[in-house]
Amino acid sequence: MKKLSARRRHPLAAVVVLLLALAATGGLYAAFAPADKAQADTSAQSLAIDEGKKLYDVGCASCHGTGGQGSSEGPSLVGVGAAAVDFQVGTGRMPAQQPGPQIEKKRVQYNQKQIDLLAAYVASLGAGPAIPTSQEYNPAGSDVAKGGELFRTNCTQCHNFSGEGGALTNGKFAPDLEGASAKHIYEAMQTGPQNMPSFPDTTMPTKQKQQIIAYIHTINSSKSSTPGGLKLGGLGPVSEGLFAWIFGLGALIAVTVWIAAHTAKAKKS
Amino acid sequence: MSTTTAPDREAPAGERLADWADGRLGLYALAKTNMRKIFPDHWSFMLGEVSLYSFIIIILTGVYLTLFFHPSMNEVVYHGSYVPLQGIRMSEAFNSTVNISFDVRGGLLIRQIHHWAALIFLAAMFVHMMRVFFTGAFRKPREVNWLFGFLLFVLGMFTGFTGYSLPDDLLSGTGVRFMEGAILSVPVVGTYLSMFLFGGEFPGGDFVARFYSIHILLLPGIMLGLVAAHLILVFFHKHTQFAAPGRTEKNVVGMPLLPIYMAKAGGFFFLVFGLIAIVAAIATINPIWAIGPYRPDQVSTGAQPDWYMGFSEGLIRVMPGWEINFAGHTLVLGVFIPLVIFPLVLAAIAVYPFLEAWVTGDRREHHIADRPRNAPTRTGFGAAWISWYFILLVGGGNDIWATHFHLSINNITWFVRIAFFVVPVLVFIATKRVCMGLQRRDAEKVLHGRESGVIKRLPHGEFVEVHTPLNQAERFKLTAHEQYQPLEVGEAVDENGVERKLPRGEKLRARLSKGYYGEGNQIPKPTAEEYKEITSGHGHH
Repeated sequence: MKKLSARRRHPLAAVVVLLLALAATGGLYAAFAPADKAQADTSAQSLAIDEGKKLYDVGCASCHGTGGQGSSEGPSLVGVGAAAVDFQVGTGRMPAQQPGPQIEKKRVQYNQKQIDLLAAYVASLGAGPAIPTSQEYNPAGSDVAKGGELFRTNCTQCHNFSGEGGALTNGKFAPDLEGASAKHIYEAMQTGPQNMPSFPDTTMPTKQKQQIIAYIHTINSSKSSTPGGLKLGGLGPVSEGLFAWIFGLGALIAVTVWIAAHTAKAKKS
Repeated sequence: MSTTTAPDREAPAGERLADWADGRLGLYALAKTNMRKIFPDHWSFMLGEVSLYSFIIIILTGVYLTLFFHPSMNEVVYHGSYVPLQGIRMSEAFNSTVNISFDVRGGLLIRQIHHWAALIFLAAMFVHMMRVFFTGAFRKPREVNWLFGFLLFVLGMFTGFTGYSLPDDLLSGTGVRFMEGAILSVPVVGTYLSMFLFGGEFPGGDFVARFYSIHILLLPGIMLGLVAAHLILVFFHKHTQFAAPGRTEKNVVGMPLLPIYMAKAGGFFFLVFGLIAIVAAIATINPIWAIGPYRPDQVSTGAQPDWYMGFSEGLIRVMPGWEINFAGHTLVLGVFIPLVIFPLVLAAIAVYPFLEAWVTGDRREHHIADRPRNAPTRTGFGAAWISWYFILLVGGGNDIWATHFHLSINNITWFVRIAFFVVPVLVFIATKRVCMGLQRRDAEKVLHGRESGVIKRLPHGEFVEVHTPLNQAERFKLTAHEQYQPLEVGEAVDENGVERKLPRGEKLRARLSKGYYGEGNQIPKPTAEEYKEITSGHGHH
């Protein structure tokens, strides 16, 4: 101590103290500052989670349980991820209108902000796929033909060759894909809602998902062209057969009746 | 002839040409007998014409398509103008069909006319066949022509199926795979048959080329021959006609072939062509570009054949997946049984004329067509067969029914399984009842006239409806049909109490005959005496 005390009048003492003070402040800052920042982030997140929880308690808890653990009426939401919530609530499937073979699409009940809050809450219950960014799902510039090949390999079994949908067992069905947004198609592939299998990035990378979305939008959207005329539902031979019978043969029979009714008549004497 | 009668006059060019042709082809004699050939007029007699004309349209458009179609399964990469297929590997057959659709002038329209005409051709044949059936026009002497027509329908089914398979698209490839599965299910020889047909393992590299020659040469060739034979027999037998005053079993009342009937038929051809062209211009059929090229590892839901094969699809869809394993061999009953029932469904309607002839023992010629109500058992059978066929079509489209009527596909399948056995019986009973109700109504109309809707009050206060009597021609139409007596086999034992020996099947025949003509199975038609008795009375009865 004596040594130190003896040198406290040293001309460099002030510099040393300054350095020590700087080191201490910097060290303290280094130690606490990131923690401070993290805390601030959590509080915004936790605010979203709290708000989401409030919405959840009103709209979802009756079936999915107060903690998202599920009940006899609805599955557990632990680990389904924000993407699942964004898809189910964003397409109007959730909250469910009534039990049935399948929960069907209807008018969307929440606005996008509320959906994000709900998603934040459900995501907090367990790790799951996040809501994709537009960079992930935007199909612009993707190879449509490659998407078609992937679509025929992975999707047509249930959704039909032009994405018109098809029947599954016991009243369940794969829905028509017309009008489905790129984000929702992406989320459906990512999370596998209801009877759909999921196609996570490990089996189907983002690029392939974009190609599939590009193909669906090319062949089955309000802007798709149908070079052959009316597409008759795009259902294949059943609707074609019905059309041939009713409008083809039906019209021809009308013609036979017309011709027979205008026959040359013998002159009446 | 003109050379001898008028040596000083130079015959007009047309006459000389006709003379020239007559000297070599015998045209005058032909024309003399055939120009005045009579065809009776009724709208339902033109259904066969619709079939004939759509067949001609199919041949015409088919020839155009052969100019651009490549019946080959060589693999190529698509570089045509349809962007969503750019760079996709496909067979040359598929590639050329997409090119026909997008890069050949008029190709898509011709393709669609060809395909729509095929669906309409089969539908028209079906309806034509049912017209013949319900009017009893298959009776002697027309049984052979009935079979020719039936064969045309069956051949049309297979020509259609092979044509549907040619583009080698995902939908038809699934159909061909289905067919391969059915062939494989045949015990013992199934595998060999499949290997023979496809030149090895499915799909191999041969089937498009093979189906092509079957589709454009073999089957249409046979069909053309049958069509010619069918028409020659129609000429030879003359057309049936509905009963009316002046029409007998020995005459035909109607328009002469030339000029009236020819003009009508020619105009009708263009109406049929025009209508099919309109349908083809309005509505897509078989959009192979959207369906994609066939790959055995891909499949689409809603994979159905064209409508005329739909009942076979129904059979396979509703059949439980039974399977027997015996000594290391698998018998796939779930596929094999439908394969066996498939021809039986068709045969059921084809053999009916012979069954009816056997039951009734009627060996006379018939040229007057029956009104369906006057043959309740036949009409009931025909309606039951149609309902059977329709039930199988429902089974074949069970997924579309499920999605569009919000039903469970499992329930539809079970409905079809039960309805397959129950509905034809119910339809038979109901149709027979309806026919007899209509017969009663006819009898009532003949005896009492038509209800006029005029209510008259009699002096003592009673209200009666005035009936307008039918004129003689109308009464004739309603009473022209024959009434048969049921077949009697006589006593079961002879006068000595010994059991009589009946020819085999005779008892069954008698029972069936009773079902046709026995009491309660036909309504006795009004007799002249009854009519006189009622009309000689005073006003109303």
